[in-house]
Amino acid sequence: MLKFDHVSKRYPNAGDALLDVSFHLEKGEMVFLTGHSGAGKSTLLKVIAMMELCSRGLILLDGQNLNKVKERHIPFVRRKLGLIFQDNKLLQDRTIFDNVALPLIVSGYGRHEIARRVRAALDKVGLLGKEKKYPFAISGGEQQRVGIARAVVNKPRLILADEPTGNLDPELSAEIMHLFEQFQQVGVTVLIASHDIDLLTRMGYRSLVLDHGQLVAS
Amino acid sequence: MENKLRQRQSKGNGELSDKSQAYLHIHAHALFSSLGRLVRNPFTSAMTIIVMAIAISLASGFYLIVVNMQQLTGNIESTNQISLFLKSNVSDTSAQKLADKIRNNNNVEQVKFISKFQALEEFKVYSGFGDALNMLDKNPLPAVIQVLPKNTLGDVQGVEVLMKKFNHFSQVDFAQMDMQWIKRLQTIMQIIERGVFLLSILLGFAVLFITGNTIRLELQNRRDEVLISKLVGATHSFIQRPFLYTGFWLGFFSGVVAWFLVMVMMNTLQNPIEKLSILYNGAFDVLYLGINETVYLLGITSLLGVIGAWVVLRYQIRQIKPE
Repeated sequence: MLKFDHVSKRYPNAGDALLDVSFHLEKGEMVFLTGHSGAGKSTLLKVIAMMELCSRGLILLDGQNLNKVKERHIPFVRRKLGLIFQDNKLLQDRTIFDNVALPLIVSGYGRHEIARRVRAALDKVGLLGKEKKYPFAISGGEQQRVGIARAVVNKPRLILADEPTGNLDPELSAEIMHLFEQFQQVGVTVLIASHDIDLLTRMGYRSLVLDHGQLVAS
Repeated sequence: MENKLRQRQSKGNGELSDKSQAYLHIHAHALFSSLGRLVRNPFTSAMTIIVMAIAISLASGFYLIVVNMQQLTGNIESTNQISLFLKSNVSDTSAQKLADKIRNNNNVEQVKFISKFQALEEFKVYSGFGDALNMLDKNPLPAVIQVLPKNTLGDVQGVEVLMKKFNHFSQVDFAQMDMQWIKRLQTIMQIIERGVFLLSILLGFAVLFITGNTIRLELQNRRDEVLISKLVGATHSFIQRPFLYTGFWLGFFSGVVAWFLVMVMMNTLQNPIEKLSILYNGAFDVLYLGINETVYLLGITSLLGVIGAWVVLRYQIRQIKPE
């Protein structure tokens, strides 16, 4: 599903954010990405989502070489991904429904299909019935779940989550993680960046450990 | 089995129309949401639109002034007619002989002799000074031979050569090309026309840049939205669509406001122009923007708005990147 082959990312003034990273994620695998802050977790997710381009090496996403993707085709790569951010990145002036519908709207789905899928996604994260509310009117945990609904509404092959539980208490974190497990069980590949070591060890999934841009355990 | 197949087909058709409907829906949504945004910020929108409208009304106002002035010069048929004013001591018979002689010239199409007496009668009729002229004991007007050169003579230079030749006749006081002043006026009008054209281009650029700058600010205000749309897989054309429609609305509305401004200006000018028209025996009416011109005006301003937006979006959307 996802293959990194000797990937490096160097920033002009900040040195190497990733150094010679190689790993392979199988389809339907759930993997944690961990390491101290500044170890390169976010950079690794960004090069997959093509928010950054890697300086050296090869990234294969679902068999597609990301180095060879032209700029105007980047949107189509992103449609295969579900991105989840620590700060949710919800649009505050849109309803929950409109926020979750955004990936479908930009992909040109019809209205009925959008309504059906958005409700299915909101049902999955347990927020059906709150679709007319605005993000500021719901709790932080609910906002994060809206972010997850938006990430899965397009039926992505790979979910990338950057510190999805960073702002949540342990109980809510466990809930969110349970959601990810459910997606993994239906065949979606999930890559979660997190520095919450306790949570990781308790859940017992494979972990990629980064240290100063280098992969030290896989 | 057959039933199932039919069901699937109808479902397929439904999906197809759903998709094309979605495309229309996206456009309609962009069209009206961009309008809604303009309406929700009435002060900012009005400022921009009025500035643009002033630039547009300047251009179209000058255009109308030119069109109206063209009536003055355009109605008069341009001919190369020459008038030979004869010396006062030349008798009518000798003048007739001269006229016959000129008629034989190969370059002359038509000759008309107007005697002193005829000239006076004509002048009385057209000038309205009849009574005053009656008080004169002597006819002050000279006899005139009107000569129409052949068209084969070419333009002004040929006519001038002919005129010089007539000037050498001893009976002729002086020769004059009747329409010279019209030609001068027409040339001046051509210069003004070109000047207005150049000015319109400059003002068009002003409209382009005002739209561009407005769109740039709008894009900055909606940075988050653009960024998130990009992250969920929106293409550039999807992101820029509502902004292009904003450019369209700005151009369209400034065209409408400019139209009103021009109408008000022409209305203010109507009275003095009508007075002038009466002095010219009602030679022309005040011309306003017609239906065709209004359609052109709105079409051009809308297009300028879209182009101004597009030029900015082309570069600015690329600039918006995560972090």
